Amino acid sequence: MTTTPPDDRRNERRLVRDIAHARAGDKGNTSNISVWVYDPDDYALLARILTANRIKTAFPDLIRGPVQRYEMAHLGGLNFVMHEALEGGVNRSLNLDSHGKSFSYLVLGLPLEPDGSEG
Amino acid sequence: MSFSSPRAVADAGPLGYTEQHTAVGKDGFVASKAETYRIGTGAGFSSDRLAPALDLARHGHLQALVFECLGERTVAYGHRDRMANPGKGYNAHLERRFRDILPACRAAGTRVITNMGAANPRAAALATLALARTLGLQGLKIACIEGDDVSQLVPRDQPLMDEPGTLADVDMPLVGMNAYIGVEAILPALEADADVIIGGRLADPSMFLAPLMHHFGWSADALDRLGAGTLVGHLMECGMQVTGGYFADPGFKDVPALSTCGFPIAEVGADGQAVITKLADAGGCVTPATVKEQLLYEVHDPSRYLTPDVTADFSGVDVRSVGRDRVHVSGAGGRARPETLKVTVGFDGGLQAEAGVSYAGPGAQGRGELAAQIIQDRVRNVHRLSGDLRVDLIGAHSLFATAGHRATQSQDVRLHVALRTHDREEAELMLWEVESLLCCGPAGGGGYRGQITPCVMTKSVLIPREKVVPTLEVMVA
Repeated sequence: MTTTPPDDRRNERRLVRDIAHARAGDKGNTSNISVWVYDPDDYALLARILTANRIKTAFPDLIRGPVQRYEMAHLGGLNFVMHEALEGGVNRSLNLDSHGKSFSYLVLGLPLEPDGSEG
Repeated sequence: MSFSSPRAVADAGPLGYTEQHTAVGKDGFVASKAETYRIGTGAGFSSDRLAPALDLARHGHLQALVFECLGERTVAYGHRDRMANPGKGYNAHLERRFRDILPACRAAGTRVITNMGAANPRAAALATLALARTLGLQGLKIACIEGDDVSQLVPRDQPLMDEPGTLADVDMPLVGMNAYIGVEAILPALEADADVIIGGRLADPSMFLAPLMHHFGWSADALDRLGAGTLVGHLMECGMQVTGGYFADPGFKDVPALSTCGFPIAEVGADGQAVITKLADAGGCVTPATVKEQLLYEVHDPSRYLTPDVTADFSGVDVRSVGRDRVHVSGAGGRARPETLKVTVGFDGGLQAEAGVSYAGPGAQGRGELAAQIIQDRVRNVHRLSGDLRVDLIGAHSLFATAGHRATQSQDVRLHVALRTHDREEAELMLWEVESLLCCGPAGGGGYRGQITPCVMTKSVLIPREKVVPTLEVMVA
């Protein structure tokens, strides 16, 4: 999970991070991650590839409950609400990041084109 | 002498203030001085920085400055402090903050609103009163809002909000319970023309909405206005999270001068539309991207954002740049407020023990993995400790370990062991085992640290709102 400058990744698969930015928040054991395209033209692509099911199946051990997706098409954003996804949340999780603040980068680290190896 | 009226300050138009507003005008946002309310954020969490708050107090030409200092569990931690010392239980930085902030806000005619009272608003107000007298702020009006502590009002058979069972099923000592209270609790303090308003579990956006309602005369049934004011509060309540904090990603999302990032200012119109901005010479940035990320921060259904005041609808919000570090927001809606109030119930959650040792150089990851296996074996099979255990290898798999990420060979890793238990002996034994790795574990381990921290644990219940009766007391320095 090292960060390499964009120039060095020309031959690598493109990630969600290449077209979008994201922020994670928590309420109890529920995490929400909003994902926003930089370029409105990329919204259709994002909405097509980043389905609730894709998020759920990419992290089966982490996300134990359902995933809902809310669309904010006019702002180029998707909001994912992931239930039972914080290892118990701040009350129970022994993850160093018990709020799941870092989980926005789980989504941004997904390849733009799934190759079938996820989940 | 009391504070000069915030309204009078707005009309006076201090130097540099008029210019900012005449620049806006397209997009239907006509913001004449008198029609605009300037409100800033002085803290977005309990330990937020002081200097940028002081910058806003001195140079922001604000009518109100809001210090939002409570997270989901902060009040519960406050109750624990109050049990240890009845004069405590409020924000530990209150006196340090107010020593600088109160004189500056009095000079600028800026009202201060805060939930720094946490589990003991009365002690916070009395401390503020004493400080105001020490600072010579004669006549300063300090409002103390109480009534959010509902520990005498909630029955133990109350069902839990997000899970099966009742409060009685939680097998841990209760430390306190507080209802989220909203503008109904804050408006009387504004009507009393208090200069400093201090409460406990005041809902975050309500501290912004209340002064807007008071200033513009929005009624409780002007639901779209309440939705718009709640949007402003929601965008502002986390401080720098809308001005470039929690945002920078070098090479992708660069933020100028993040180390001197400024807190946000909202310029709000009578119709609830607003411009989010910051001081021109402060670091950070306000862009549609920073505003959008904050728009849905900790929001689930964007069309149903529940507060004690309104069911806000952010699904149609429009976000657009109207100048450098100036973002215009509009289009929030509102529906009727919930009939119940959310109550956070805090319990003594026992102890969290954490300890670590680092490994570096060739084979570091293999040596770290071996250390992790040793700890698992010692804790579970030798000592048979019963608490929840987690073993991470920072640099290889920690934050994303459960998500399944395993990094490739790292040459600098840190074993991190965490144990949650109600038994101090167990906690201490775990620390001892990790420290013993220095001589008993793999080669080249160094940098042991260990700590034991008391924890709180929270649950949520709902309470009929009519059972919660906020009270107000005004103290004059």
